[in-house]
Amino acid sequence: MKDWRYWLAEQRGTLLAFGIFIVMFIIYTSNHPAGFTANVVQTASNKGVLLAFVAMAQTLVVITAGIDLSVGMIFTLTNCLASWLVIGTGIETAFGVVAVLGTGLLCGAINGAIVIYGRLQPIVTTIATGAVYFGIALLLRPFPGGSVNEDLADALTGRLFGVVPASLVVLLAVVLVVWVPFSRSVLGRAAYAAGSSEMAAYMSGVPIRRGKFTAYALAGLLAAIGGLFLTFFTYTGEAAYASGNAYTLFSIAAVVLGGVSLFGGKGSAIGAIFGALAFRTIGDLLFVFDFDPLWQPLFQGVILLIAVSLGAFALFRVRNRLEWFL
Amino acid sequence: MSETTIGGIAGRMPKFIRRADPAVLTAFACIVLLLFVGSLYSRSFLSPEYLLQQLKVASFLGVIATGMMLVILLGQIDLSVPWSVAAGAMMACAAAAYGPVGVALAIPFGIFCGVVIGVVNGIGVAYLRIPSMIITLATNAVAQGLMVVYTGGFSPQDSATPAMRYLATGFAIPGVPNAVIIWALIGAAMVFVLTRTGFGRTVYGIGNRERAAYLSGIDTRRVVLIAFAASGGLSAFGGVLLAGYASKAAQSMGDAYLLPSIAAVVLGGTSILGGRGSYLGTVAGVILITLLQSILSVMQMPEAGRQIIYGVVIVAMLLLYGRAPASR
Repeated sequence: MKDWRYWLAEQRGTLLAFGIFIVMFIIYTSNHPAGFTANVVQTASNKGVLLAFVAMAQTLVVITAGIDLSVGMIFTLTNCLASWLVIGTGIETAFGVVAVLGTGLLCGAINGAIVIYGRLQPIVTTIATGAVYFGIALLLRPFPGGSVNEDLADALTGRLFGVVPASLVVLLAVVLVVWVPFSRSVLGRAAYAAGSSEMAAYMSGVPIRRGKFTAYALAGLLAAIGGLFLTFFTYTGEAAYASGNAYTLFSIAAVVLGGVSLFGGKGSAIGAIFGALAFRTIGDLLFVFDFDPLWQPLFQGVILLIAVSLGAFALFRVRNRLEWFL
Repeated sequence: MSETTIGGIAGRMPKFIRRADPAVLTAFACIVLLLFVGSLYSRSFLSPEYLLQQLKVASFLGVIATGMMLVILLGQIDLSVPWSVAAGAMMACAAAAYGPVGVALAIPFGIFCGVVIGVVNGIGVAYLRIPSMIITLATNAVAQGLMVVYTGGFSPQDSATPAMRYLATGFAIPGVPNAVIIWALIGAAMVFVLTRTGFGRTVYGIGNRERAAYLSGIDTRRVVLIAFAASGGLSAFGGVLLAGYASKAAQSMGDAYLLPSIAAVVLGGTSILGGRGSYLGTVAGVILITLLQSILSVMQMPEAGRQIIYGVVIVAMLLLYGRAPASR
């Protein structure tokens, strides 16, 4: 009984995000002209998975009480890079995928090194490195273009056995390969501890620097997986400033919807994935209800504003007014 | 560090240099260096007309950076600058469509829209205790959404009024562009507020430790709210001037001002953690950024290269001055 309640309290944010997603998805499919078919699910999951990867990346950094405003730009940069490299024979494609993921890891590691060893503020650092990554993306693709190994792209964005969207399977694989080992390792716990109370973690001899550095680097890797998938969906690379910024912004919304605390130390990437899927579904609701697409940016902005304001309810539980300033 | 390490040389220097922030001095040294590099590229770089033109372009960034500095001094950040600028410009131009009254009220209305965005930010940060980078990103998205709906739905007037053009490009005093005068006035007001009023001292106090300021009996939440409202209003005013300069408002006109305004404040030695910094430094930072932009465009550097150079310069300067104390 006790264990069960502990588990529930710990997973409350994730379960809430899961609930919101299920409700939104039922509203979405029941109003969709085609209904609940494999095609609708495939399209929805392909769109949702992109944001889910970027939101996972954001989660890793937010858990350490930081923020990464360059995830959208790493996503854009790796998209442009993949449109050059992920092409040709099997070996060449494999090399390209490894190079793209390595670039993402490097971008994340640069962010981490500057924030942790340079002791700079994560916000300003990642805005500045984001500008650099966007500049490189623009060098790679001054105009939209390029191509990708279409066999691989179709395989990863299609359906397995005609029912299960392959992108969801990849998402699950990434969770099992990246998130689960990280969150259960010493470094993962160090990242959580650093976000919860850096001073206490330091005093207890937790390797906070290595933990935070790993979190930033893996965030770059996850954003790169997202960028790779964007290339698989669009078959091209494009250095679009607005789209990179939008992904950064939506990743923060997804993280908040997914029950990850922006003050660090609380939440999980699983929650952020459901947050991302829910956010995407809410945005798509406008289309099934035949709203003017002009209203979409405003609608998403308002959802974001409401989502981030929800965290403020913690204020009502504060008994000592000095806790405002923590 | 200043007293012991540079004591030998500094002892012989005039008092105002000894008291100056090393970051401000470095920024001014960089300006001189840039002017020198620029003069190697082109003879006209040091001509009074060219320098005055640079100062005019700098004044738009200067007005926006003034608001950003106020917020950064509090230890917060305002990421809603892009669409505060655009909203100020677009709403001022749109107001001009409503007859002579609209034309007369165009500029105040544009600034008012910026203040509204700032007040929403301020309420979020001060009263709801939402981290400033999050709430300002969110209001930026909402402002963008409103502007997209507004321009898409009604296709409003987007050309600037004569008054806006006069403010940005006219010459009230022969030889001195009006935009520069406006920046000088706003700068002087900012210096007065920061150094001679209780509000200014409070801003520094909150930036150092909000808890302590609160315990000293200051209504810190009101001060934070006012600072964010001022930042929104100044961003919108910058947008109004920009619209006057370009003689029309455009949707993405503010995008190019977020990073430079933060960079100008930070390069001028204002601590990103709040509580430390002088307006003179911000002036130096604004001129430095404007000259850097100008030289890059004279060198015909493409947009990609400019973005990379900005990012690298900001990180490098921050690594020199903006580091947090080590956690031990």
